[in-house]
Amino acid sequence: MRSIPRLVGARLALLLPLLALVTLVVFALAANSPFDPLLARLGSRAFSMSGSELEALRMAQGEPSVLAQWATWWGDALRGDLGVSLSLRQEVTQVIAERLPWTLLLMAVALVLAVGTGLVLGTLAAVRSGGWLDRVVTGTAYVVQASPVFWVALLGMWLFAIVLGWVPAGGLTDPGSDVVTLGALVRHLALPAVVLGLSQAPWFVLVVRDTVREELAAPYVLGAWGRGVSTPRVVVRHALRSGLLPMVTVLGVRVPELVTGAVLVETIFSWPGIASATVTAATSVDFGLLAALTVVTTVVVVLGNLAADVAYRLLDPRVGAAHE
Amino acid sequence: MSEASTLAWRPAHQRPPLLVRARERVGRSRTAIAVSLVVLAVLLPAAVLVPWLDPTAATHADITAVYSPPSAEHVLGTDGAGRDLLVRTLAALRTSFLVGLVAAAVATLIGVTVGALAAATVSWGRGAVDQLLMRLVDAVNAVPHLVLGVVIVAMLGPSVSSVITSIALTHWTTPARLVRAEMLSVQGRDFVDVAIVGGASRWRVTMRHVLPQVASRALLAAVLMVPHAIWHESALSFLGLGMPPHLPSLGAMIQDAQVAVFAGHWWPAFWPGLALVVVTLAVSGAAALLRPRERAL
Repeated sequence: MRSIPRLVGARLALLLPLLALVTLVVFALAANSPFDPLLARLGSRAFSMSGSELEALRMAQGEPSVLAQWATWWGDALRGDLGVSLSLRQEVTQVIAERLPWTLLLMAVALVLAVGTGLVLGTLAAVRSGGWLDRVVTGTAYVVQASPVFWVALLGMWLFAIVLGWVPAGGLTDPGSDVVTLGALVRHLALPAVVLGLSQAPWFVLVVRDTVREELAAPYVLGAWGRGVSTPRVVVRHALRSGLLPMVTVLGVRVPELVTGAVLVETIFSWPGIASATVTAATSVDFGLLAALTVVTTVVVVLGNLAADVAYRLLDPRVGAAHE
Repeated sequence: MSEASTLAWRPAHQRPPLLVRARERVGRSRTAIAVSLVVLAVLLPAAVLVPWLDPTAATHADITAVYSPPSAEHVLGTDGAGRDLLVRTLAALRTSFLVGLVAAAVATLIGVTVGALAAATVSWGRGAVDQLLMRLVDAVNAVPHLVLGVVIVAMLGPSVSSVITSIALTHWTTPARLVRAEMLSVQGRDFVDVAIVGGASRWRVTMRHVLPQVASRALLAAVLMVPHAIWHESALSFLGLGMPPHLPSLGAMIQDAQVAVFAGHWWPAFWPGLALVVVTLAVSGAAALLRPRERAL
C-alpha cells in the first residue's frame, strides 16, 4: 500500500519530460513539412500578395529553429496560452475546455459498456466452457476484434439511424436547437458509445473468460463447491473475484486503443470532442491545435494507465509489496 | 497444447503472461489454419491479378448504374459513381497488401535493430543505452498510434510513402520489445558463454550466435503486424489522411460510402469492411503455422 503515492509521484515526474519529447517530435515533423506555415497563417490573403511581398513578410518574421519554436511554445503554454486554432477560429485553450468533457463522457460510457459486457459474457462463457454459448461468444469476440470500428459505426448508423430511425445519425443536439438537453444527449450518445464500447468489449470478454475458466478449476473453488456453496455464489464470489485482476491489466492496455477508437467514432458521428478536432486540425494543417491536442491525448493515456496500475495495487496488495 | 493442460490449474505466478496466452490461443485449431490458408490463396492472387488484367475496371464509372444493389451483373453492387464494387474492392485490397507488407517489413526492421541494440548493450555493459532505448519505446507507446500516425501524415502530406512512414514509426515498438526480451534470455544460455570463452568478439557473438535465435520470433511478429498495418492504412485513408485519391483504398472506399449510408444503401460500406475483417482473420490464422512449437516441459 505504501508504494501507491510513490508510484503516482514517479509517473507524474516522468510525464513532463515525456510531453517535452512528444512535442519536440511534433515540432521536428512540422519543420520538415512541405506545407508553408506562413501561407497557412495568411489564408486566402496570400493569393492577393505578390511573391516579393511574401518574401518581405517572411524575412520580417524570421525563420526560428525547431528548438526555438518549441521553447517559445512551451513558454507560452506554461503561462496558459496555447495560441489560436486556425481551422476552428478559436483559442486553443477554449477548444480543449469545450471539447474535452464530451470526449471523456463518450469514452467513460463506452468503457463501462465494454467492461460490463466483458464481465457478463466472459463469465457465462467460462461457466459453459466448450458449450455452444462459449463458442458463439468467443467466435463473435474474434470477429469483432478484427472489425474496424469505423466500419461497425457506419453499419450501425445505417441500421439504427437510417433504416430503423431509433437514434439520430450524429451530432449532439436536435436539429434547430443549440441547447444540450438530457434527453437529446442520451439519444445522441447512445449509438457512438455502444459502437465504441462494442469495439473494446472482445478484449474484456476473452480475458474474463480465460481467468474465470482457470479459477473454476482451482483447488479453492473445488473446495467451495465441496462445502455445498451454490454455483452462482462460487462463480461470482470466488472465481470472478480473481478474474477481476487480469481485467484491470487489460483496462490499462486498452486506454490508447480507446482514444484511437474515439478519433474514428467521433469523426463519423460528428461528436464535438477533442478526438474529432484532432482530425480537423490534421486535415487543415492547423499546427497549433494539433500540437496541443497531441499533448492532451498523451496526458489522457498516461493518467488512464496510471489509474489502472493504482487500481491493480489496491486490488492485489502483493503487487509492489515485493519491491519494498 | 492440449485442453487438459490449459485446464489444469496453476497458481498465478506459474502461468504465462496474460497477453501471451491471449495471442497464442488464436488459430490453434488445424481447421482454422486450413481455412485461413485457402482464403489467402484465393484473395491474394485475385487482388493482384484482377486489377492487372483489367486496369480500368476499378475506375470505370457507369452513371446509368449508380448504387445498383448486388445483382447478377454486379455481384457486390456498385458505388455512387456506378463503379463495380467487387473489382474496386480487389484493387483496394492490392493497395492494402502492398502497403501492409512494406510497412510491416520496415517497422520490423526498425524494431529488430532497436531491440537487438538494446539487448546487446546490456551484455556489453552499456545498460544506459538499453534504458534510453526502452524509455523511447515507452514514449512512442504513450501516444495513441493513430493520433501519432495522423500527425505524421498531416505533416508529410498524403502519399504512399508518408502512410508507410507513419505506420513504421508507430509500430516498431512491439518487435523491439519482443526481440530485446528474447535476446536477453538467449544471452544467458551456455552456448553464448562458450562462444565468449572461445574468443569470439562481442559483435560476432551478437550477430552469429544470439540474433539468429530470435529470427523466427521476429518473422512471426512481422507477419502478425501485416493486418495491423493494413488496419492503420485504412483508418488513415478513412480519415482522408491516407492514400492519394487516385489509388483505390479500402478505407477511402468506406469514407466515400458514408454518403451512401445516409441514402440508405448498405453495400458500398459493407464489402470493403468485410474484406478487412476477412484478411485480418486469415493472416492471423495462417500465422499460427509460423509459431514455434511449444517446448516440452
